[in-house]
Amino acid sequence: MTTEKTISLEINGRIFQAQEGMTILDVAQREGIPIPTLCYHEALESVGACRLCLVEITHPDWKGWRGLVTACLYAVEEGLQVTTDNAEIHNTRRTLLDLLLARCPNSDVIQKLAAEYGVTATSFQKNPIETTCILCGLCVRVCAVKGCSAIGSARRGIQKKIAIPFGQPPPDCIGCASCAHICPTGTIKYEDTADVRKIWGHTFKMVKCESCGRPVMPEKQLEFESEKSGLGPDYFKLCPVCSQRKSVETIRSTFDMKPVEVAR
Amino acid sequence: MRIKSVKTLESAAKKARTERDQLKTEVLVCAGTGCLANGSLDVTKALERAIRGSGLDAKIALRLKNTGCHGFCEQGPLVVIQPQGIFYKGVKPKDATEIVEKTLREGEVVERLLYRDPNTKKKVEQYSAIPFYSKQLRIALRNIGKIDPNNIDDYLAIGGYAGLAKALTQMTPEHVIDAVSKSGLRGRGGGGFATGRKWKTCRDAPAEPKYVLCNADEGDPGAFMDRSICEGDPHAVLEGMVIGAWAVGAHEGYIYVREEYPLAVKHLQHALEQARERGLLGDDILGTGFSYDVHIARGGGAFVCGESSALMKSVAGEVGEPRAKYVHSVIRGLHDKPTVLNNVETWADVPWIITAGADKFAALGTKRSTGTKAFSLVGKVKNTGLVEVPMGITLREIIFEIGGGIIRNRAFKAVQTGGPSGGCLPESKLDLPVDFDTLTEAGSMMGSGGMIVMDEHTCMVDTARYFLRFLVDESCGKCVPCREGVHQLHQMLEAICRGDGQPGDIEKIESLSDVIVKASLCALGKSAPNPVMSTIRYFRNEYEAHINEKKCHAGVCRNLFTFKISEEKCTGCGLCLKACPVDCILGELKQVHTIDDKKCTRCGACRNVCPVDAVEVI
Repeated sequence: MTTEKTISLEINGRIFQAQEGMTILDVAQREGIPIPTLCYHEALESVGACRLCLVEITHPDWKGWRGLVTACLYAVEEGLQVTTDNAEIHNTRRTLLDLLLARCPNSDVIQKLAAEYGVTATSFQKNPIETTCILCGLCVRVCAVKGCSAIGSARRGIQKKIAIPFGQPPPDCIGCASCAHICPTGTIKYEDTADVRKIWGHTFKMVKCESCGRPVMPEKQLEFESEKSGLGPDYFKLCPVCSQRKSVETIRSTFDMKPVEVAR
Repeated sequence: MRIKSVKTLESAAKKARTERDQLKTEVLVCAGTGCLANGSLDVTKALERAIRGSGLDAKIALRLKNTGCHGFCEQGPLVVIQPQGIFYKGVKPKDATEIVEKTLREGEVVERLLYRDPNTKKKVEQYSAIPFYSKQLRIALRNIGKIDPNNIDDYLAIGGYAGLAKALTQMTPEHVIDAVSKSGLRGRGGGGFATGRKWKTCRDAPAEPKYVLCNADEGDPGAFMDRSICEGDPHAVLEGMVIGAWAVGAHEGYIYVREEYPLAVKHLQHALEQARERGLLGDDILGTGFSYDVHIARGGGAFVCGESSALMKSVAGEVGEPRAKYVHSVIRGLHDKPTVLNNVETWADVPWIITAGADKFAALGTKRSTGTKAFSLVGKVKNTGLVEVPMGITLREIIFEIGGGIIRNRAFKAVQTGGPSGGCLPESKLDLPVDFDTLTEAGSMMGSGGMIVMDEHTCMVDTARYFLRFLVDESCGKCVPCREGVHQLHQMLEAICRGDGQPGDIEKIESLSDVIVKASLCALGKSAPNPVMSTIRYFRNEYEAHINEKKCHAGVCRNLFTFKISEEKCTGCGLCLKACPVDCILGELKQVHTIDDKKCTRCGACRNVCPVDAVEVI
C-alpha cells in the first residue's frame, strides 16, 4: 500500500522519486528500467518465487549492507541504492534460467528468456517428466483473488505441482479461465466451443449473448459474478461488444444524440 | 486449587517441598521416548508390584515416579534412586524385585545394573560421577529427570513458577527485557538472534494484538533436545512463555509442536490444563490482572515449518511456505501482527535467568555466546544422548570426554553440527570453542543443537548426499534455486557416489551452491548447500578420489570399492562367514577367509563383525 510520503532512491546511478510503500520493481517499471520477472503480476500480491527480479541493494543504514533482494517485494527506502544488472546478478539469473530450462526444456517462453542470458541448452540434468509449468503460482493466486481458490498446489520440493483437490474436477471452479490467461508459459489449457468450455476436467455450459448469440461466459461464472458483484445476472448477459453497444445506445437515447457517421 | 497470589504460590511450593522432603526414597524411572521404547513402563509396573509385595511402602516414605528423559538414552531404561543418587541402566522388569529388596530395603547396590565406563572399564555407582553427566552443566535441562512432568506440584516443589511470580510482581516488562538482554541469551533454535532485542522490537511495534509463540517443530535428523524438554519439563517452557508475554505485552500464544512427538503434545497439553487450573495461565495470572493463554498447534511434520514465517502461516491454517522477511515477524508475524517466536530451549532458559539473575547466565559461556546449550550427541560416539554444556567448550571435550570417544576406538573423521543445513567439521577443528560465531566462521553452524559424530568408516561424499536428499524432500518448492537447485546438487552427488562423476563436477557444484545461497528465499535454501560446501572445503580429496580414481576409500559407495580379507590379520574365526547375508565368504575355521567379489553386495556386515579389522576396503 502506498502513502503520500515521497522517498528518493538511486537506481543504476540515477535518482528517482517514489511513494512510500512502492517496491523497487514498481519504480523500475514506471521508469522503463528492465527487470525480468516470471511470477510477478501487478494485480496480485508478489511472492518472490522465481527470483529472477533479484537486484543488488546497498542499504543506507545497516553499515552499508550490500546484497541481493527481490525487486518485486522489497519496499523502497530513503537513500537506497539499487543496481539492476551487474556480473553477479547476470550470473545468478543465468543459473536460475538454466535450472528452469532443465525443468522445462520444451517451454518456448523459458527457452527465449534463457537465450537472452546466453543459455541455449541446460547444463543440468533434464527433467524426465514433460512439463512447461515453472510453479510460479500465478494461477493459484489469481484463483484465490477471484474468490474461488479452486486450485492449489500439492506436495513440496521438486515433487510440488499445481493440483486440483483429489485430482477431481474442482467443485469451486467457475470456469473463468483466469488461471489459463495468467499462466506465463501457457501450461494451463482450456477449450471453448460455441456451447461449452472445457477446463480442469469440467465441461461448463456457456451463456449466450442475448443480443448476438456469441458465448459470453460459463453459466457458473455468471452466477458467481452476479452474486459477488451484486449487479444481478442481467448485467452479464451481453457479450462485451454488445454490452458496449448497449451503453452507447443508452447514452444516446438519454441525451437524444444522433449517431455520428464515421468515414470508413 | 487456583493460586491467586504470589503468597499462595509460595505456600503451595512449600507444601509440595515438605511432602517431597519427607520421603525417604524416591525411585525415578525414565519415561522419555527412548526409554519408553525400551520398555520403561513395564519396568515401572514391575517396580510398583515389587514395592507393594515387599510391604516397604507401608514402612518407609517411598515414592515411585516417571520422569522425563535423563539424556543417556542408549543405556535405557534408566532407574535412579534418590537421594542416594544411584544410577541403574538397562533395567528390565525382572530386575524389579532385586532393586526393591537389595537397594530399597538393605541399601545395597545391584552391581550388575551399574554403568560401566567403556574407557576405564570401571563400574560407576553415582549418577553424578558418570563422565557423561559430570562434565555437563544443565540449565535448560535443569529439571528433566528429576521431576514428574505431569505433576505441577513436583515443578512447584523445585522452585517452578517463582520466576514468573518475580517477573509479574517485582519487575516491569522493561525490566524483564533488560534482564534478558543483559543475560546475553541468543535464540537456541538456530538463528542465534539476541532474544532481548527481539522482545524489545516486538514490544515497541505499534500494532496490536501481539503474539508470543514457541517453536517446538524440531525436525533435524538426530536432534531431540526440544522434544526432551517438552516431554520432561513442559512447565519450564510455559513459564518462560508467560514471562515473555508479560515482557512483550501479548495475551495469546501458540506452541507449534510436531504431531510426530505424541508424548510432547500430551505432556504440553496436560501442563497447559494444570497451569490454567492453578491460575498460572489464562485470565488474571497470580491475581495480578495480567492475562495470557496458550494454544497448541500441531504441525504435520514439514521441516520447513520450523522456519518462522512458514510456521506462522501454518499456525494460521495456510500452506506452510516461507515468505520474504524484509519486514521481520517481530513487526509483522502471525496474522500480520507483531510476534515473538522463540524455540523450546530458549523459553526453558528464561525462568532460570529471571530467578538466578542475568549476570549468572552471562558469566557462563563466551562473551558473545553466553549460557549453556543443549546438544543431542549422536552417531559413532560411545555415549550418545542429550547433553548440556556451557558455550565455549570445545568439540573435543564434548565428543571425547562427555561422549567417551569413538565407538571401537576407531579414528574420528568429522562432526556434523547444526542439523541438515549445518556443516561437517574435521579433526583439525576439534579444538574450536562451540559458540554461534565460531561455528559459522568454520563453515558449519550452531543450528538447534544436533551433533552427529562420524568415524573413518563414513564417506563424506555420501554424507553430503544424504543431507541433500533430506533437503530435497523438505524444500517447500516455492522458490526456484532451492527447489530446482538443491535437486540438481543432489543429482550430481548421486552421480559421483555411483561412480559417474566427471572432472569439473566439483567446480560446478561450487558455483551452483553459490547461487543457491545468494538467491534462495528463506534460510532453508540459503543454508542447503552447507553440507556439500563444508565437505568440499575439508574433504576435497574424497570428492577427487570418487571422481578421478572412482574410489570410495571409506567403503560406503558400493560401486567404488571392493572388500578384501587381509591374510595377515585374519584369524579364521568365522564370524564374517556367519554374518554374510549372501554367503559369499569362504574359508575353514582357523584358516584365512576369502570373499567372492562377484557375489558380494558390499553390505559391510563382515567388516562390522570382524574383531581384528581384517576386512579391508580396496
